[in-house]
Amino acid sequence: MSALGPEGPTSTRLAEPGAIASPPPGGVQDGRTGPSGGGGGALARVVRAGVGRRRVQTVVMVLTTLLAVAASVLGAGLLVASQGPFEQAFSKQHGAHLSAEFDATKVSSAQLAATADADGVAAAAGPFPVASLRLESASGGPPGIDPPPVTVVGRAEADQPVDQVNLVEGKWATKSGEIVLETSARTPGIAAGSKVEATGPDGKAELTVTGIAESVGESADAWVLPAQLSRLAASGADSSYQMLYRFDDADSQSAVVAGKKAVSAGLPDGALRGAQSWLDVKQIADNNVSAFVPFVSAFALIALAMSVLIISIVVSGAVVASTRRIGILKAIGFTPSQVGRAYVGQALIPASLGALLGVVVGNLLAIPMLNEVETAYGTSALPIPLWIDILVPLAALALVVAAALGPAMRAARLRTAVAINVGRTPSEERGRHVRGLLARLPVPRSVSLGLATPFARPARAATTAAAVGFGALAITFAVGLGSSLFAIQTHGNPDSVGDVTVSTMGRPGAPERGGAGDRQAPTRGDEGTVPGTDSRADGGATARDDQDGRGAPGTTTGPQDDVKPADPAKVAAAIKAQSGTGSYFGTGKTYVSVAGIKAGTPLVVYEGDAKGAGQVMVSGRWFSAPGEAVAPARFLQATGAKIGDTVTLTDQGHSVRLKLVGEIFDLGDQGMAVRADAASVAQIVPDVKLDHFTVELASGKDKGDHLDGLNTQLKKIGGVATSSDDARTSTVIVVMQSLIAMLTAMLVVVACLCVLNTVVLDTSERVHDVGVFKALGMSPRQTVTMVLTSVAATGLVAGAIGVPLGVALHHLVMPAMGRSTGTEIPTADIDVYGPGILVLLALGGVVIAAAGALLPAGWAARTGTARALRTE
Amino acid sequence: MRDLIDPLIELRDVSKAYDEGPPALSGLTLDVQPGEAVAVLGPSGSGKSTLLNLVAGLDRPTQGGVTVAGVRVDELNETGSAKYRRAWIGMIFQFFNLLDDLTVADNVLLPAQLAGMPRARAAARADELLGYLGIARHRHAYPGRLSGGERQRVAVARALMNSPALLLADEPTGALDSASGADVQALLRELNADGQTMMLVTHDLSLAEACATRTVELVDGQVARDTAHSMPKVAR
Repeated sequence: MSALGPEGPTSTRLAEPGAIASPPPGGVQDGRTGPSGGGGGALARVVRAGVGRRRVQTVVMVLTTLLAVAASVLGAGLLVASQGPFEQAFSKQHGAHLSAEFDATKVSSAQLAATADADGVAAAAGPFPVASLRLESASGGPPGIDPPPVTVVGRAEADQPVDQVNLVEGKWATKSGEIVLETSARTPGIAAGSKVEATGPDGKAELTVTGIAESVGESADAWVLPAQLSRLAASGADSSYQMLYRFDDADSQSAVVAGKKAVSAGLPDGALRGAQSWLDVKQIADNNVSAFVPFVSAFALIALAMSVLIISIVVSGAVVASTRRIGILKAIGFTPSQVGRAYVGQALIPASLGALLGVVVGNLLAIPMLNEVETAYGTSALPIPLWIDILVPLAALALVVAAALGPAMRAARLRTAVAINVGRTPSEERGRHVRGLLARLPVPRSVSLGLATPFARPARAATTAAAVGFGALAITFAVGLGSSLFAIQTHGNPDSVGDVTVSTMGRPGAPERGGAGDRQAPTRGDEGTVPGTDSRADGGATARDDQDGRGAPGTTTGPQDDVKPADPAKVAAAIKAQSGTGSYFGTGKTYVSVAGIKAGTPLVVYEGDAKGAGQVMVSGRWFSAPGEAVAPARFLQATGAKIGDTVTLTDQGHSVRLKLVGEIFDLGDQGMAVRADAASVAQIVPDVKLDHFTVELASGKDKGDHLDGLNTQLKKIGGVATSSDDARTSTVIVVMQSLIAMLTAMLVVVACLCVLNTVVLDTSERVHDVGVFKALGMSPRQTVTMVLTSVAATGLVAGAIGVPLGVALHHLVMPAMGRSTGTEIPTADIDVYGPGILVLLALGGVVIAAAGALLPAGWAARTGTARALRTE
Repeated sequence: MRDLIDPLIELRDVSKAYDEGPPALSGLTLDVQPGEAVAVLGPSGSGKSTLLNLVAGLDRPTQGGVTVAGVRVDELNETGSAKYRRAWIGMIFQFFNLLDDLTVADNVLLPAQLAGMPRARAAARADELLGYLGIARHRHAYPGRLSGGERQRVAVARALMNSPALLLADEPTGALDSASGADVQALLRELNADGQTMMLVTHDLSLAEACATRTVELVDGQVARDTAHSMPKVAR
């Protein structure tokens, strides 16, 4: 609606002396002469005027590019950050591609040393004696709680051909009575010089911590001299050797498996007890960040596509709306090249600003996620690499130039005489038959007039539809992600099933209120996580660990103050006595050793019938017979076991073999917890301490009343009952959901701005018609209706297209998020779109379109009729 | 209940100033009785179009009151103005202001559709007007295919669609050749003879003499001359 003709600011400036009125001597102006030559100055002025004149379009371009670059910087940065630190550190240490544990009773150290020459082995270290011990602070741990087992290796030197561990503090052990702790096994208060008590099957010893070392490949929790280890675990059927291998090819699990087969090929059956692939260690280390990568990348791609689309729309719109201006520019001497560059320049200025801001925003958004990585690797200030900050905006600007080039060249090729005489209104020929038909519809005339608008400019309507479609896609994708994350959070916690959860750790005399509405009561430590959110970044020290006195393996953080667990028998009696209790079962958690897996493996032991309590199985079934167990995907992956296989759990020299009958969806405990009935593991855990009870209410009983009654009872004996719906929300899931909400909001805003831009173009082209309508009696409300209707149908169609695409993207990304964190996500948690939600989402396209059109509709309604009628 | 002998248009001490320059209208007072055909004459910038816009409710005076058919037009909001125009005003423009993407019939129907007139009644009224104005054969044509005179007839039909009490015409023959201009001139005269109150803004003295029962000449936003004529003859 602003001046496009000779009376506009640009034209005025063009007439100024020194613009193009005074060409440099001897040269034809083509814009290559630079500012001093006059042509460059004129070009710059035209570009500046174009940018300033089209403020709405300029803002749209800035925001679109900002979003595209921010999301791309974030996605690429996280991708690099999720891989860089581990791989660099692992490579520097010559980390072990395979940490293998061999049965010392079946194979000799000489035989194992010979495996270093197996096919594909690039380097090897070992054999080292290895044992599962329990470590606790020499000052003693919390009463009644056993420290978890840890993997201790007898190793004389830190420097080995493989796994060259770094001493981050102190020195390596040089004599008996000394121990070196791995960084993950260290807790506050433990330092070089501290005393720990080690308990093995053959004895107990007080050891002095001489150093803290970092093994990126997680080959052990602690190291002692081999002689020291033999005093603690010399005998027994479980004595083992550790061998560490590097392979020529270890880039994939299949390559590592091939290496494992090669080194065990000539050994007796059953000699290889277990092995840990470096890829599993890497996955756990990268989990928190890598879980973000698939969806952030998807958002980045959407943003990039929208960016290209919208910049094309805006620049095309600018060309179409400025046809007469282009004619004038050419008439007064602008070359086609200058016109083309002017329009590319008009796109580049706001895009450059947007790209710059996008880099800043992308880096800011990455901070919380990179903090996870920093914590995981113990590094400080892990920034997004500089090359990403440079490359991404440059790539985005290249796309902008490519998107702008087409319309700019069209502008350049316009014949001057044609351009200068062309009116700005669309040809009445276009789509008028459709409009005639629409006029017959039994709807208010303002509606049928609005419905006809897209047919006047079908190409513009199509691009608007594309933008709205992307917006609908983004909303659909985000709703799906949010729903899936919620479902995963709920279903991925097998400890939070049933109606009521009772913890034995409630303080006697503490406020007992734990009704349905009370969400603050203590919950289990490992719950409420998503794939990859409980890795080392979370320290593995969960609430349940705390109450167990287990921080990191081998240490004793202990419970706080005077909190002592309630007597499980009394708690069980209280539950049983409480009116409304239908059925209940109890669980206790301990740590055991599984061959090949460093540190203690969580074992959740069940007493009572937990079958059908709501645990989500990915495959197989819940255990139902003695000797059966279930485990999550990562445990299966780490041990190489499949459903139907048998695994051996060891503790204090005792072993039990369990048949895995099902893969459970469990995101706690780094996906490593084995679950079995108490009777099945009685040999190694004869006196499991139940610390949680799950209660199913009798039919029709009120949960709030039950909680109130039960907590009143528990107040006297300790423990607390909460609703099983209460789940501690993971900080990572909060970050994820905030990020999803923010990225979606940005995409939707951009989609709305795109609609706004299009409607501004439309209404400015049709302002005279609007004046006529108003002169004939069209009210402001009818004007608004007409403008909103002009995009509503487009929005509906775009929504109908965008929603299925969003669903498809969600179905692509969710499994990828699962895979990136080594977890299979149950189908039920992916199929989160119900018919009602889909309909609402499809209507989201209309909402986006209407929201984008609302402002220009208001402007059109407020435009003075007399002024509009004067507009040519 | 309005007294039937009250003026249809009452302008009292109306001034209108724009941001720059002298006021377009300055203290103008004018009454127009029902059935009158008032031609407003004057040089460019004398305030003719501003006067028409104020009467049509397209613009508001800076000062003074504009009352049409008992409605204080200057006090209406945008919605009120729209409803006022639907009910009382028909407008004819120099450049027709037809919507090129609508057929003749659809253009004519627009005011009725905006006013919510039942479809059958609107269609019947449009047919009646198109027949009366001799353009029924063009009902499915688009305005771009018509001659200037025919387009202005379509514009007149559209203006009359809601049977307005007041027909406002802004240079209705200004964009027409002499033959088409004469044709429109005859049409307007006929309408007035049938009782249609009109206010014409024109430079064309012959149009004023042929159609108007009264001529108001504006100079610098004030009435310089107000002359009543005898009823022009109707030539069918």
